[in-house]
Amino acid sequence: MKIALLSDVHANLQALQACMAHAKAQGIDRWALLGDLVGYGGNPQEVVDIAMRLAEEGAWIVQGNHDAMAVQPPIDDQSLGNSTAQWTHEQLGASQRGFLKALPLTALSGPLLLVHASAHAPERWHYVDSERAADLCADHALQTYDARHVVVGHVHQQTVYYRGTGHSMMRFEPTAGVPVPMPSHRRWVATVGSVGQPRDHKPHAMYAIYDEAAGRMTFQRVSYDHQAAAAAILEAGLPEFFAERLAMGR
Amino acid sequence: MKLLNPGDVIDGFEIEACLHAGGMAHIYTVQYALSEDGTRRQSEFPMAMKIPRMTAGDGAENIVSFEVEQQILPAITGSHVPRFVAAGDLSRLPYLVMEYVKASTLETWAENFHKETFQTGLQDRALARLGAELAHAVHSLHKQNVCHLDLKPANVLIRPSGKVVLLDFGLSCHAHYPDLLAEEMRKAVGSPAWIAPEQVVGVRGDPRSDIFAIGVMLYELATGELPFGEPVTTGGMRQRLWMDPVPPRKRNPNVPEWLQEVILKCLHPEAVKRYPSAAHLAMDLSNPDQIRMTERGKQVVGTGFNEHFKRWIKAAGMHYQPSPLPSRLIKEVPILMVALPHADVSDATWYSLREAVDRSLGIRPGARLACVTVISPNDTSSTESHKSESSVHRVHLARMQQWSQGLDLQDHQVSFHVLEASDVAHALVTYAEGNEVSMIIMGAATHGLQMQRFVSTVPIKVAMDAPCTVILVKQDVPFEFLGTLNDE
Repeated sequence: MKIALLSDVHANLQALQACMAHAKAQGIDRWALLGDLVGYGGNPQEVVDIAMRLAEEGAWIVQGNHDAMAVQPPIDDQSLGNSTAQWTHEQLGASQRGFLKALPLTALSGPLLLVHASAHAPERWHYVDSERAADLCADHALQTYDARHVVVGHVHQQTVYYRGTGHSMMRFEPTAGVPVPMPSHRRWVATVGSVGQPRDHKPHAMYAIYDEAAGRMTFQRVSYDHQAAAAAILEAGLPEFFAERLAMGR
Repeated sequence: MKLLNPGDVIDGFEIEACLHAGGMAHIYTVQYALSEDGTRRQSEFPMAMKIPRMTAGDGAENIVSFEVEQQILPAITGSHVPRFVAAGDLSRLPYLVMEYVKASTLETWAENFHKETFQTGLQDRALARLGAELAHAVHSLHKQNVCHLDLKPANVLIRPSGKVVLLDFGLSCHAHYPDLLAEEMRKAVGSPAWIAPEQVVGVRGDPRSDIFAIGVMLYELATGELPFGEPVTTGGMRQRLWMDPVPPRKRNPNVPEWLQEVILKCLHPEAVKRYPSAAHLAMDLSNPDQIRMTERGKQVVGTGFNEHFKRWIKAAGMHYQPSPLPSRLIKEVPILMVALPHADVSDATWYSLREAVDRSLGIRPGARLACVTVISPNDTSSTESHKSESSVHRVHLARMQQWSQGLDLQDHQVSFHVLEASDVAHALVTYAEGNEVSMIIMGAATHGLQMQRFVSTVPIKVAMDAPCTVILVKQDVPFEFLGTLNDE
């Protein structure tokens, strides 16, 4: 089975569509959305509608911190990062909010665990951004879910944490488009990057395809119409910064 | 896994004979098994199956290195590695089926070589040819972002044609794959006699580690001894972080200075002071007469205590550093080739080509330059003495050397080559392919001026067929300056 792993879409419709078209061309069997469908971006309704349609077709979808915030916008926290939550909340209809609210924090398929942030207390949204964090994530995945492999989002980076001959996780930065051996008998944690808001100084959208039978994951970078995505943000009257960062990937 | 018998079938492969039953793995020749309708699929080449001996007593590294080889072998291509056929599931039935290359190992080759050396003296040119082929094979791996990291005579096959095939990728490192053998403790992984200093402190993925191993092999072929022995302790292996080996000429006075120069450059404790890529090494070994010599080629006494002591202090601080991508590293030190017209052409042409070469070298420290000219086979004659091959070549070499006078070659090695061929474009492209040239610089329309009617076809043919970038240089000298140029 080939699974398309998309995370942190952040209401970027253009990026989501580009990644989905790219993934379909690779012949994938199943969709997985790893949370943060909304927040920051200008097309939350369209993105949630696509997610609801994919869910009906059997996609795995888990909840991210921005999805939870859009359902229940924070009243006291007015930081820039959260400032789009109230707007997003207002854009969404009742069924869309209901869909986001009902999303589970984790999804499990055999040895594969899907979660937005670390498997270590998923509701706390810990970043998997170091070998140590990946160790914690992997240990909790094994103890709580009996899962040897974890795929997460939240960090907006494409990284593999794997265990070789040593006892701790080691970090590896994949090259886009090169299938990376990630065999089923090894324990690993993958962060698939962000579809809608890449932050590594490249504007291309990120996602990954996991080929279960071959034991390989291919990290992808896809170019998309980021000017249209930025225009949607400005049109919605959201802070300019969220529009500008898309072109620079930061 | 217990030994298999001829006729046993594994996943569609039928065992023929056992080639090797070693401590790490069993190797069999195999063919495709009979299918249900009684037919047998024919393979285009002989096949061998490698099965690890994963019994209870075997260490974890044996299993991991088999996994590493299973990952890397299917990812590499070319005539310098056995072709991959199939792999078995590691958790169920681990095996690898690959091309069975019928060739002798460097171990066997070395035995004969040493015998001949004993009778006829050191065959230094044969040794250089072998070394160049070995370097070409290693360079082809580096271009694919793989470092072998376990090069030794047992893993090197030599085809009857002299071409080299590399075996056993169990300790190799693919820059695009997670390295299963790296670990937080940064332990040395490799064979003690051939391992490079940086490997001793846990660096995996520097292509210059493979150049060190080639140096160890050349040293052993030239002197009959290993430069650092076969240490059994980490302390013994760490010696090479600071210690120079005994100069080959001290062990064998028949070793020519150029060969010692090459060997000791490969064996430098610091990777940055070795050949920057295997292609550079191959170029030197293919042109022994044009090797840039230093004191190290001549010396017959070893490095003294004081110098070693200073380096020992420095080496104590040597520690692990991550390696850059091999393909990127070797791209930074390309071999540039300039095709110089052999007939008299205008000063402007010479000038423009020199300017273009100077600029290209200027932004690439460490790059090396090959100056090539193609002459017609009719230009030389075996009967007329003034047209003898060597004297004609000498004239052209001198002209090219004269041309190179104006270049800043402080940080660049340069060599000069006269090729005899009637098809100029084909000769240039073949030379570029055979020497891993990364960029060809040539005159746009003036190359081979005496063939006016055909001139434009040479650069265009080269541009179309070349394995690399081609820069076509147009004359860009204002004519009023031409007079002054001659005075320089």
